[in-house]
Amino acid sequence: MAGASKAVADSRANLPFVYRQYSAEQLKQVLYKMYLIRRFEEGAEESYMRGLIHGTMHLSIGQEACAMGICMPLGEDDQITSTHRGHGHCIAKGAEVKRMFAEFFGKTTGYCKGRGGSMHIADVAKGNLGANGIVGGGIPIAVGAALSSKMMKTGKVVVSFFGDGANNEGAFHEALNMAAVWKLPVIFVCENNGYGMSTSTARSTAVKNIADRAAAYSMPGVIVNGNIFSEVAEASYKAVERARAGEGPTLIESKTYRHRGHSKSDRNRYRTKEEIEDWMSNRDPITLFENELREFGFIDDEGIEAIRSGVAQEIADGIEFAKVSPSPDVSETGNYVYTEQA
Amino acid sequence: MDAMVRELSYAQAIQEAMAIAMDMDERVFLMGEDIGVYGGAFQVTGDLVERYGTERVIDTPISELGGAGVAVGAALTGMRPIFEFQFSDFATLAMEQIVNQAAKMRFMLGGEVSVPVVMRFPAGSGTGAAAQHSQSLEAWLGHVPGLKVIQPATPYDAKGMLLAAVADPDPVMIFEHKLLYKMKGPVPEGYYTVPIGKADIRREGRDLTIVATSIMVQKALDAAATLEAEGIDVEVVDLRTIRPMDKQTVIDSVKKTSRLMCVYEAVKTLGIGAEVSAMIAESEAFDYLDAPIVRLGGAETPIPYNPELEKAAVPQVPDIITAARDLVKGVR
Ligand SMILES: Cc1ncc(C[n+]2csc(CCOP(=O)(O)OP(=O)(O)O)c2C)c(N)n1
Ligand SMILES: [Mg+2]
Repeated sequence: MAGASKAVADSRANLPFVYRQYSAEQLKQVLYKMYLIRRFEEGAEESYMRGLIHGTMHLSIGQEACAMGICMPLGEDDQITSTHRGHGHCIAKGAEVKRMFAEFFGKTTGYCKGRGGSMHIADVAKGNLGANGIVGGGIPIAVGAALSSKMMKTGKVVVSFFGDGANNEGAFHEALNMAAVWKLPVIFVCENNGYGMSTSTARSTAVKNIADRAAAYSMPGVIVNGNIFSEVAEASYKAVERARAGEGPTLIESKTYRHRGHSKSDRNRYRTKEEIEDWMSNRDPITLFENELREFGFIDDEGIEAIRSGVAQEIADGIEFAKVSPSPDVSETGNYVYTEQA
Repeated sequence: MDAMVRELSYAQAIQEAMAIAMDMDERVFLMGEDIGVYGGAFQVTGDLVERYGTERVIDTPISELGGAGVAVGAALTGMRPIFEFQFSDFATLAMEQIVNQAAKMRFMLGGEVSVPVVMRFPAGSGTGAAAQHSQSLEAWLGHVPGLKVIQPATPYDAKGMLLAAVADPDPVMIFEHKLLYKMKGPVPEGYYTVPIGKADIRREGRDLTIVATSIMVQKALDAAATLEAEGIDVEVVDLRTIRPMDKQTVIDSVKKTSRLMCVYEAVKTLGIGAEVSAMIAESEAFDYLDAPIVRLGGAETPIPYNPELEKAAVPQVPDIITAARDLVKGVR
């Protein structure tokens, strides 16, 4: 039990998982990062509107508790594969927002030196093997990373994030099967936000819950409320323990919702305003977590205000860093295609 | 009497062609990701689902291999599917069904069957979508006997060639450059076809033949307009179909101009330019050449995200102008 003394622990005995498991400092850090994800994406969105960022982007606003909850029990050496909606995963795994902004601005100081942009954001040093432009593309790669972990005996656990839409790609099924057969230390995390672009899971997917598919691959399938940080973190904690013990993979389905459109060109014609409004005002993951922290006495209004202003400053600094960073030179267009040999 | 001609965008022209095909033949239907209420990632299907219903405008799950295979199976057994890939890059997930099944089925079964499937691929760079959403993979499919591969460059051709593709008994792959979707041009109302396998001379000239594909046709025409002021008279051949290729039109043009340049967005090496150049080298036009053949193609790199690098990775109008000038003036 990291950081919580016996007396404190007893007083928390009836609280949800994370309040028993983690210190107040750690939990405040989680709130900070949830805000950081939210404000990062709002900052990216605004920069996009102002023409400072080109291309498109997929915002995970509304899904912050998933990214933070899943990454909570991971160590710095553990690894993740992420998705096109991967900004939250990247921050949750420890990335600096200034280098993320720099990547979005196409600068050399960005995580991919301006070559990847939003859809390929990564932070390999922190164990984020990358977002992915291909739906389902990261799932077998995570299994491969878990195979490395097993063969090289590094003890690393690998998490593969993917969406509900991805569970209908062949790669998902092939990857889960191999992971189960070889008992690999990998956790499959389906962030089920109800839609793959415009197509609801009801219209695309033959099972009611994505977690039901775990049975076909003989692994535990766990459903959590993805907007409740503690629920997600608890499921992740158990799956990490299982993976580290050599017992094999787990499929976690984290039910959540994206507040924004699929990408920058979405007219939201496939869902109602009421539905969006309901999720935004009644089930916002940051509000839910903040309220719990306050209710259980982990934070007061002043503490919340300090977090919000700290985040605002980090975001402003990050955007400034990105703006003043250099762009790659066009003479370097062909760099990094192959490994440079000395 | 001539049909009414309007200005339509390339995307509208495709949508109109699909509607006409569905009106004319109840076996025609559309399949793809988010082509229904969303209207397609590039709004090409638009509101067709409202007019034709979800039975004929089918949203598939995100399952490219399965979806393409279902279209192949339906085509094999009497239907006329038009399958939209959300991005041409995702053809990589469906190569098995396209290359091993659709392309070879008729041959393997000794001519007992045919596979009249049409597949549409939004392709190319220029939208900031980075390495996995910006490729030009037409030459991959152009390498496969059994497939027909086309790249319409104008709204007129987009409509006419799509209708020709639907009428064709064999699998036709249509590569549509994403930056062309908003391009406007004259399109007649009603049914007409533009033949698959015929190139089009888009501009006549005496000094140099530029064979271009897709969006590079417009860039070559823009370059030609500038070069004209310098006294360089460029002929622009829009290849339109890369398999089967219209060799004769290119050969005749080169015999006339004695110089050849190929311009295409896909990676230069092992691409369409190599094929056109080799074809000319093997033909009677070789003796007419006054200068080495020049290819302008994409850089040997995935498409970068950074906008300046992205532009630098594919031929632009100034690149065509410089290369054409050097070629005509004999600068090596
Ligand atoms: C192989 C592939 N097919 C289609 C797409 C286009 N696409 C990008 S994201 C997306 C929806 C993905 O849905 P889901 O997996 O539920 O993730 P979400 O966007 O909801 O986070 C689609 C269809 C793609 N990038 N890759
Ligand atoms: Mg989804």
